[in-house]
Amino acid sequence: MMKLSPDTSRRGFLTLVAAAALLAGCKPSGGSGSGGDAAGGGASTIVVGEFASLTGTEATFGKSSHEGTLLAIEELNKAGGLLGKQFSLITEDNRSTAGESVTIVKKFISRDHVVAVLGEVASGRSMEAAPVCQQAGIPMVSPSSTNPKVTEIGDYIFRVCFIDPFQGKLLADFATKTLKAKKVALLSDVSSAYSDGLGRFFREGFTAGGGEIISEQKYTSKDKDFKAQLTAIKAASPDAIFVPGYYTEAGLIVAQARQLGITLPIFGGDGWEAPELIQIAGGEALANTYYSTHYSPESSDARVQTFVKAFQARFNGETPDAMAALGYDSAMVLADAMKRAGTTDGAKVRDALAATKDYPCVTGKTTLDAARNASKAAVIITVKDGKFKYLETIQP
Amino acid sequence: MPPKSQLWLLATLVVAGIVSAFSGRIDPYFLDVAMGVGIAVTLAASLNLINGFTGQFSLGHAGFMAVGAYSSAVITTNFGPKLLPLVGGQVWILFPIALVVGGLLAALAGLAVGAPSLRLKGDYLAIVTLGFGEIIKVIFQNVDAVGGARGLVGIPNYTNLFWTFGVAAVTVYVVWALLNSTYGRGFLAVADDEVAAEAMGLNPTRYKITAFVVGSFFAGVAGGLYAHLKGYLNPGGFDFNKSIEIVVMVILGGMGRHVGVILAAILLTVVQEPLRQLGDWRMILYSLLLIVLMITRPQGLFVWPLWKKKNA
Repeated sequence: MMKLSPDTSRRGFLTLVAAAALLAGCKPSGGSGSGGDAAGGGASTIVVGEFASLTGTEATFGKSSHEGTLLAIEELNKAGGLLGKQFSLITEDNRSTAGESVTIVKKFISRDHVVAVLGEVASGRSMEAAPVCQQAGIPMVSPSSTNPKVTEIGDYIFRVCFIDPFQGKLLADFATKTLKAKKVALLSDVSSAYSDGLGRFFREGFTAGGGEIISEQKYTSKDKDFKAQLTAIKAASPDAIFVPGYYTEAGLIVAQARQLGITLPIFGGDGWEAPELIQIAGGEALANTYYSTHYSPESSDARVQTFVKAFQARFNGETPDAMAALGYDSAMVLADAMKRAGTTDGAKVRDALAATKDYPCVTGKTTLDAARNASKAAVIITVKDGKFKYLETIQP
Repeated sequence: MPPKSQLWLLATLVVAGIVSAFSGRIDPYFLDVAMGVGIAVTLAASLNLINGFTGQFSLGHAGFMAVGAYSSAVITTNFGPKLLPLVGGQVWILFPIALVVGGLLAALAGLAVGAPSLRLKGDYLAIVTLGFGEIIKVIFQNVDAVGGARGLVGIPNYTNLFWTFGVAAVTVYVVWALLNSTYGRGFLAVADDEVAAEAMGLNPTRYKITAFVVGSFFAGVAGGLYAHLKGYLNPGGFDFNKSIEIVVMVILGGMGRHVGVILAAILLTVVQEPLRQLGDWRMILYSLLLIVLMITRPQGLFVWPLWKKKNA
């Protein structure tokens, strides 16, 4: 039999590595012949690529969004697909890190011949992938990247959520009208494009409406102690505190503020939307807190209720959050555009997407404007007795 | 220096140039991964000079990469429209200038960090460089002119196969040639025994700073290539994890081995691709792979007696 001397086994190992490297390298060059223009002709399914943060810091959002998208694709297929074809969804994870999304989307386009791309929850990573889609002429629909810069990248980039300037403005209105606040303290995350932008848009809207930002404090993602900033805010005695950040930090901020005896209203944006918020802060601390988001599962709207039921049936009774709803909507809006275009050709689907008007999304009637952003209503959620409660809907 | 090594360099550059000329026919995904490999080799080879050959422990390589990435991106993106006509509209003149300026600024950062901190050894130096890397990241997050936390968009895609592999080849060649020069033997002496090296009349601090500056220069150039490959920069991409990724390549390849580190850089970049399809399991498998490799091959993956004899 084979007697492996140390030398041959090493050589064998090296050969294996080399073979693996070759294999990984060779495969694509074979499939490159057809080029980038695989406008659905000949393919037996409509291939849609989704890049998502399934692991890493934004995994909660990424997973929710992915589940929503998956449900939409399954429903579309159950209803007979589109143009006589079934959809197939390819999902790849970017670990919530920068640098991978470009590679993933290039792979989608050149090897999987996708006709459209869905993604991402985080604006930073959408901005990374968008130029690739734009260049290849493949429409990209982002479910929940709210930074305005995302769709500015090109005319093939769309989104189904509202953008931060709108959210900032509506929160400013909310602070002035509902909370009756005149002096607001701002506590934002400098390391997050989302938080920084939302804070800025809020300030613009709030000061334009006669309000005053009385204290401005900053923190960085993954910080655990916010007492220094909160003490400074307390000293400035504002009427309310605005925390445009993600739930991980927002939860801790609320809990620590209450520990310091700050009973003021604290409010934030859609980054707060996660059941973990209640786990982190505790239901009691969250009394008198508010956030704006894309939809509420409590809404009596028939479309919302059908979606919630379907989602719960598919994913073990989980209640879909806003990211799941937007993930679902992104796939539905794309499918609707393909249906109206009557083809999966990139340029025609793009035109159809741009013409989307009053499409009945789970997150409200959606019209895509000239800047390829969705204009739609937002809802304000509050926390009562440790549960999220719908407060009001704000029309654009 | 035997001319053989220069021949190798020349051959690599020619091959890179020829392959690059046909890059329009290569699958863009494959091209992206291949260019990622070239950048990883540059990063690993340059860190190898610091961590492997000179025996220091730097955890701030991503920071130097960020300096190079941002400065070269600013040159081509913000000043490109003005600078391009000056060089006759030729990207192949502007781009290397931007890369070199990025590298020089990174080298300057390397000097600024290295000069005061290289008196420290081992763990202490590791912590200082770690802190530096984080400072760089936070600075970029707060500078609005380069997009802050939102990131820098619209960087032209100048990077191609020729530049990535050309730079990788030059880096490997420079590190190799430096170490095989009379002066360069000092790096190994410092790594082996600092006190003995000093007794022999070498200045260990100077050697360490030289290694740091040269290493940072190439990290900066690699950063420039990365910026013009991805077309988008986000400070979050240059965090501690990125530094660790490069350190892992060096350790896995065998500290202070030329070929081993190159192979490890290639392997660890390519292996991400098939692993990505495994979703949640990817990072578990990747980590497991590292643990198993470190237990079975603590001296480095690609080291065997044959090479040891030659290099010793």
